[in-house]
Amino acid sequence: MINLAATFKISLRALRVNKMRSALTMLGIIIGVGAVIAMLAVGTGAGNQITSQMETMGSNLLIVFPGSVTTGGLRMGGGTQSTLTGADAEAIKREIPNVAEAVPLLNGASQIVAGNQNWATAVYGASPGILVVRDWLLTEGRIFTDQEVKNAAKVCVLGQTVVSNLFGEMAPLGQVVRIKKLPFTVIGVLAVKGEDMLGRDQDDVVYIPIATAQRKIFGTGGLPDMIRTIMVKMKRMEDLAPAEKQITELLKQRHRLGTNQELDFNVRNLTQMMNATQQTIQVITLLLGAIASVSMLVGGIGIMNIMLVSVTERTREIGIRMAVGARAWDIRLQFIIEALTLSLIGGLIGIAAGVVTAKIISSFADWPTIVSPFSVIFAFGFSGLIGIFFGFYPAYKASLLNPIDALRYE
Amino acid sequence: MPLIETDELSRIYDLGGGNVVRALERASVNINRGEFVAVMGPSGSGKSTFMNVLGCLDRQTSGIYRLDKIDVRDMSRDELARIRNKKLGFVFQGFNLLPRTSALENIELPLLYQNLPDTERKERAFVALTAMGLAGWEKHHPAQLSGGQQQRVAIARALVNNAPLILADEPTGNLDTKTSSEIMNLLVKLNEEKNITIVLVTHEQDIAAYSKRIIRFLDGRVVSDEALKKA
Repeated sequence: MINLAATFKISLRALRVNKMRSALTMLGIIIGVGAVIAMLAVGTGAGNQITSQMETMGSNLLIVFPGSVTTGGLRMGGGTQSTLTGADAEAIKREIPNVAEAVPLLNGASQIVAGNQNWATAVYGASPGILVVRDWLLTEGRIFTDQEVKNAAKVCVLGQTVVSNLFGEMAPLGQVVRIKKLPFTVIGVLAVKGEDMLGRDQDDVVYIPIATAQRKIFGTGGLPDMIRTIMVKMKRMEDLAPAEKQITELLKQRHRLGTNQELDFNVRNLTQMMNATQQTIQVITLLLGAIASVSMLVGGIGIMNIMLVSVTERTREIGIRMAVGARAWDIRLQFIIEALTLSLIGGLIGIAAGVVTAKIISSFADWPTIVSPFSVIFAFGFSGLIGIFFGFYPAYKASLLNPIDALRYE
Repeated sequence: MPLIETDELSRIYDLGGGNVVRALERASVNINRGEFVAVMGPSGSGKSTFMNVLGCLDRQTSGIYRLDKIDVRDMSRDELARIRNKKLGFVFQGFNLLPRTSALENIELPLLYQNLPDTERKERAFVALTAMGLAGWEKHHPAQLSGGQQQRVAIARALVNNAPLILADEPTGNLDTKTSSEIMNLLVKLNEEKNITIVLVTHEQDIAAYSKRIIRFLDGRVVSDEALKKA
């Protein structure tokens, strides 16, 4: 077998002789590899951003929504019925295994006033478990206690957006704010969470005890313990699927629904939704990568073209090599290695170009891009395969030359 | 002991349409180890075809060719390449060196297709280069060498694999008289001192005079085969 190191040296020399030609040939691969790297980086970055945004909702979550109202044959859509109660939330926490926390929520939009400032925000009635459920931290103060919930105390915990709009640089803790004219004492400030996956500001929020929301702010329309949703946090991801079924059974019983009756609530698994979104993004990313790979194929055709020219130009050289004892595979390997060298050098430059492009995209589009090791290995490996694949035919052609004709070739 | 044995060796080109060229017709020649043979004849006489078959670059249409007692008739392309690599050295009229490649690397070329360690390959190439009086020129490319030097690089390349047989096809065709006699003296020296068998194709009588035996071709046939009496 031919000496590989020596052959590699020969290839480099041959490529150096036609610098411009080699560079232009490589350009096809450079653009292809660069595009693959950049596209996968954009896709991976998007995926990661959405995951991290979804994770700000809290992990291992199930959300119970009320069902739809049917009046005279008209079904009014999800959430129109007020079927869930605080007692349902307590029952879930008590009876379903592996529940870390179950929090009843009752929310609405409201104007909130502090001194001469006011701000429209989302007000949520919740139980103290809300911090656990949403994996949220306080920067100062505390969350309300169970006792304060029971007493329907007028205390509140503010999100950062609310704090900055109402208090600016002032310390909010211990201040009084008014919600629907009632005075609330600020007892805690939430840490910054940022936007959710729909771009909504999660820090534009005020939490008050659930009982306060029910009795003093929103009212419950004659149903004393009415709430809007229940957020359930499970201890582990594996608990989500069984818990989804168990909660459905439990609430069916509690709401006295027969087997054939339509459910007046539904349970959503956020992790499932997240996985579905992740899969969609993965598919889109792969699609982008596949499209970019096509340009690598085009680059490969460029390599084949130039290798065919090279074989013709160097017919005499091939004849000399054959005369001194090169076998078919020696000749083939020489040209395949030459094509491979072209495509791999192009691949390396392309990786650099792709990384730079990804950085430029992320700085211009304000979109995080992540160059994954997988995409680098994939692009580099693929460019190598392209070199071998498109180098093979010219190399094969070279090996079929008749040594006498090749030696006489001018 | 014959190094080359041919028996009724023929090479016929079928050009199609009943057009047949009998380039070589029933040539039977034996050449012993250590001989220095000149093959002569006008162009088209079949001497080049004969050389190509001897050099395993072409195949006979019929007849037998044994090189070093091996019948090469049914060998594959790769097997023929192996034979050229181990047993033959070529010296061409146009030198046939690789351009933009140093003298030393040109000489290394046959060894590149043998499984030799780098250092051994370089060493042997360097020995062959020095034997041709080219010490100091190893890094020069063919374009930077004179015709005589280029031909000496080619001879070194033919020697580097320790082949018992050198086939020289008009080796002085591109050289002036003075350089020609230098090259011929070199070949004579190799023949006499190293017992290397040399088959030389030429159409010049004074070049053929360096050999010990002259085989003449005409119209594809051997017409004369005589030993040369040295003065």
